[in-house]
Amino acid sequence: MSKDIAILGVEYGVAAARSALADAGIPWRDIQFVSGAATMRCGYPGYVAGATFAQALGWQGAQVNTSYAACASGSQALAAARAKILAGECDVALVIGADTTPKGFLAPQRGERPDDPDWVRFRVGITNPTYFALYARRRMALYGDTAEDFALVKVKNSRHGFTNPNARYRKIFTAEDVSNSAMVADPLRLMDICATSDGGAALIVSSLDYAKRLGKADAPRIAAISTVTPTFASAVVEMPDLATDSAVAAEPRRFRAALPAKAYEEAGIDPKDVSVAEIYDLSTALELEWYEDLQFCARGDAAKLVRAGVTTLGGRLPVNPSGGLACFGEAVPAQALAQVCELAWQLRGQAGERQVAGAKVGITANQGLFGHGSSVIVKR
Amino acid sequence: MKPRTAVFDGWFSLDEREPHLLGTRCCKCGTYYFPKLNSFCRNPDCDSDRFEETPLSRTGKLWSYTNASYQPPEPFVSPDPFVPFAIAAVELERERMVVLGQVTSGTGVDALKVGMTMELALETLFEDDKGEKLVWKWRPVTGAAA
Repeated sequence: MSKDIAILGVEYGVAAARSALADAGIPWRDIQFVSGAATMRCGYPGYVAGATFAQALGWQGAQVNTSYAACASGSQALAAARAKILAGECDVALVIGADTTPKGFLAPQRGERPDDPDWVRFRVGITNPTYFALYARRRMALYGDTAEDFALVKVKNSRHGFTNPNARYRKIFTAEDVSNSAMVADPLRLMDICATSDGGAALIVSSLDYAKRLGKADAPRIAAISTVTPTFASAVVEMPDLATDSAVAAEPRRFRAALPAKAYEEAGIDPKDVSVAEIYDLSTALELEWYEDLQFCARGDAAKLVRAGVTTLGGRLPVNPSGGLACFGEAVPAQALAQVCELAWQLRGQAGERQVAGAKVGITANQGLFGHGSSVIVKR
Repeated sequence: MKPRTAVFDGWFSLDEREPHLLGTRCCKCGTYYFPKLNSFCRNPDCDSDRFEETPLSRTGKLWSYTNASYQPPEPFVSPDPFVPFAIAAVELERERMVVLGQVTSGTGVDALKVGMTMELALETLFEDDKGEKLVWKWRPVTGAAA
């Protein structure tokens, strides 16, 4: 039996859910399950995201679920909907994530909390860009990546997102723009690091039977959702920790690499079959790191891909045709769903000027705090 | 003179000449923990709940480095005006772990190189009415050994 589910409607923006319903051609009252994702940054509604969204759309008696898993919140909400559909408990579900985020550095909860690693690291002056920069500098030392390579990622993504009506930052950046921007965390400059952002994204997903009855048997399908945890011992120091695990009793493992590995296995799809990817470019250098974790190239070879234009639209394997976080900023609980939205548009051939020709298989990847991350495979 | 205390109680020895980070070690599988862990071992193949306190190696190899060009948000307490500082990730060989920390003041990223030997030092993180709060920092080891 197929474990796929169909993507009927996609949208993001303020009225994401309504637009996704219109896109799917389904009345709101037909939705049987609402799976919501949000953060607690804006208070109580975030703890009950599913109900918050359901009430905003008008209570109609659907079942609800709320997910919070940092950057993977949207994927966990999607996984909950898939489980419900595959268990035969519902036919069609709305998955929605939205948030508003304060400007500037993301900061921890207030108060004196020395037992909270997120509080402790800010106390000693370690912000999110610190981690991105440590990874970037390590790449430079190990593989010979340069600041110019990192800038190529920003230039590429800014060109991709320039024609995307859903992107928040639509401006073409040159390598000079990047190298002239302020140094934030050496070697990363302001234009190497994604902004925090507000946003929302929604998907309508259904059983394949339901899609067939609707005349949408050929809708893009979710073929895998990976939300695995890291495996002890951590190979790389991860936000918000001040240290890696000690690897004296267990070999070090890379968390980022584990996320897509599980998705490939679940979908029975090989990395070489991927036609398009939406990946978490929290920083330009981190996008390169993902190429390797997604097995698009050998460890250390990622800069060659961006230099050769492989991951640019028109290349063999376009990455972040939406413009990525470089053009969207990061609206935490919406972003993982926004990645799936872009893949759905790409696989439907509706991505306009940013269309990847003949896209058949897409993969997403993201990673956030406290062992959360996800990778979703969409196929047609 | 105002009292000098650790910014986090018990995280490092207050020997200003040769300070050590203070961690714990699982009595069964040998895994080190920093900050200290005293409840249940996090190695999925170990069911131990016994730990011994241990000083960590006070030197290691620079795994990577960066700096803070902008003032971090609270609870970081900044001098006015803010003074940028470098940050190091140092790999401890015996513990097989990487530990972050600021680099001692006056050393910028230009003086750092991945692979160089770093040693632990103590410096004042900030001062309040109760006294000076000390923090661990990493410092390049100068001389022939480096």
